[in-house]
Amino acid sequence: MEARVDPGSGSGGMEETPQAADNSVAISIRNLAAQFGEREILNNISLGILRGETFVILGGSGCGKSTLLRMIVGLMRPTRGQIWINGLDITQLSEEEFNELRKKIGMAFQNSALFNSMTVGENVALPLREHTDLEDSTIQIMTRIKLDQVGLSGCDPLMPSQLSGGMRKRAGIARAMAMDPEILLFDEPSAGLDPIIAAGIDELILKLKQAFRMTIVLVTHELASAFLLADRIAMLDKGAILFVGTPEEFRSCMIPRVRQFLERRADEESQDVEQYLRSLTREASPAGNRM
Amino acid sequence: MYSLFALVGRGFFTLAGYVGGVSRLTYNCTYWVLVAPFRGKGLRWYASVRQMVVVGFNAVPIVSLISCFIGVIVALQGAYSLRAFGALNYVVNMVAVIITRELGPLLTAIIVIGRSGSSFAAEIGTMKVGEEVDALETMGLNPVRFLVVPRYLAMLIMLPCLTTVADTAGILGGALFAMVSLGWSLPNYLLRTVDALVMRDIVSGLVKSIVFAVIITKIGCYEGFSVQGGAEGVGKSTTASVVKSIFAVIAADMIFTAIFYYGSES
Repeated sequence: MEARVDPGSGSGGMEETPQAADNSVAISIRNLAAQFGEREILNNISLGILRGETFVILGGSGCGKSTLLRMIVGLMRPTRGQIWINGLDITQLSEEEFNELRKKIGMAFQNSALFNSMTVGENVALPLREHTDLEDSTIQIMTRIKLDQVGLSGCDPLMPSQLSGGMRKRAGIARAMAMDPEILLFDEPSAGLDPIIAAGIDELILKLKQAFRMTIVLVTHELASAFLLADRIAMLDKGAILFVGTPEEFRSCMIPRVRQFLERRADEESQDVEQYLRSLTREASPAGNRM
Repeated sequence: MYSLFALVGRGFFTLAGYVGGVSRLTYNCTYWVLVAPFRGKGLRWYASVRQMVVVGFNAVPIVSLISCFIGVIVALQGAYSLRAFGALNYVVNMVAVIITRELGPLLTAIIVIGRSGSSFAAEIGTMKVGEEVDALETMGLNPVRFLVVPRYLAMLIMLPCLTTVADTAGILGGALFAMVSLGWSLPNYLLRTVDALVMRDIVSGLVKSIVFAVIITKIGCYEGFSVQGGAEGVGKSTTASVVKSIFAVIAADMIFTAIFYYGSES
């Protein structure tokens, strides 16, 4: 099977159609590149994520998948390329315009990123308090509903430090959902959790997907999570897209790097510690010479 | 020679980058305090009051105690020199002027740097490491408005208040010496203090304290936002915020003292 690099798969001639007119595409990424100094993190990424689908971005550590997610939500700016969300090119938006758009996007962070100085309830209520004119009593009810939805009923007066790892993840998801976003982004939702708790988080995401039909973009390296949740999978390797397709297509994909990932085979290069250290020295030496 | 130029050049660009970063933060902060409220983005007064309690009210005991001790020390050192000229009575003038014009604002600023400037850097730095700052941005909440402005308002209001407390405690320290060693009564000491001071002495100290408030908040918060890495980065930024704030406060103090001195001459 050949490498399936499909910039706008399912979007129907997306390259020619203005994004604003193509209502089926929630997120469209075009020729995206990111560079830190000499190091290229993302290289010419093009993707189309459809409205209502669960799109999983897979890849090994350091392949650029979290960077891609951070760019989608505007935490990092691309070196070049465009990201269109709901028909708006976010690289061209002013901060105020982008903040308006962000109200329609929720993000659950890898470490939950709960505000430790606030209770769980205050964390979930924060976007509602800041972005709406709702009465305090209404906000409290909505907060309880969100916490119920993630299985944290009655946890609103607790501080984040009193929660377990899995509960923190759930609270982070509840906060991400507070504004009823159209797009929900997950950065490694099951990272650092034991398999049972991780399975619980996967089930929660599945439940949310079925209940709310929102667009979900999930970054992970857990194959089990990807196969359970994904409508489509993209695999990133060394900053480039290696594959885009359905889970079934991914399973049967014959690209060597994809097979290696699926079969959990170690990289021969990375086993050679001496070579790795030498590569680091090579990277560091040009800067050293300039000094 | 080449490496010397490189060193100087690198140092200059590092300094310019730092000053530029702090200036940008000050500009953003000024926008959120002065402009944004007129565009429907109100100030977060509840958070500001909470910060006022932490920065100001909770610091009153330590600021009072240290200022009182310094008042006694200045009176003792002054008496040592003035006794030789038979001018012990002038201890009261010396304490009043030195405390209100110089030591009150400076000591208060240094105590606040240790208590609050460092905690600004540590709190914001920990939030940055824990992705809490990123979480604010993804929610469409500006981190400067959310984290810096309440601290800035608290510092702008509470540092002059704490300086007034320090001035009072320092003068009472001088009075303690005068009562014990010179046999003066407290009302007599205070009356002489009022005679010795002019409004300019007190105002110049308070103006300095406002400038110090800006410096401490900006450097503390900027260092917090600059944290890289984990706990080690937070530790480094916290230390850097204290060292840089003390340096900047003393440099600003020197400049303002010179301005007030030459300003009063002309």
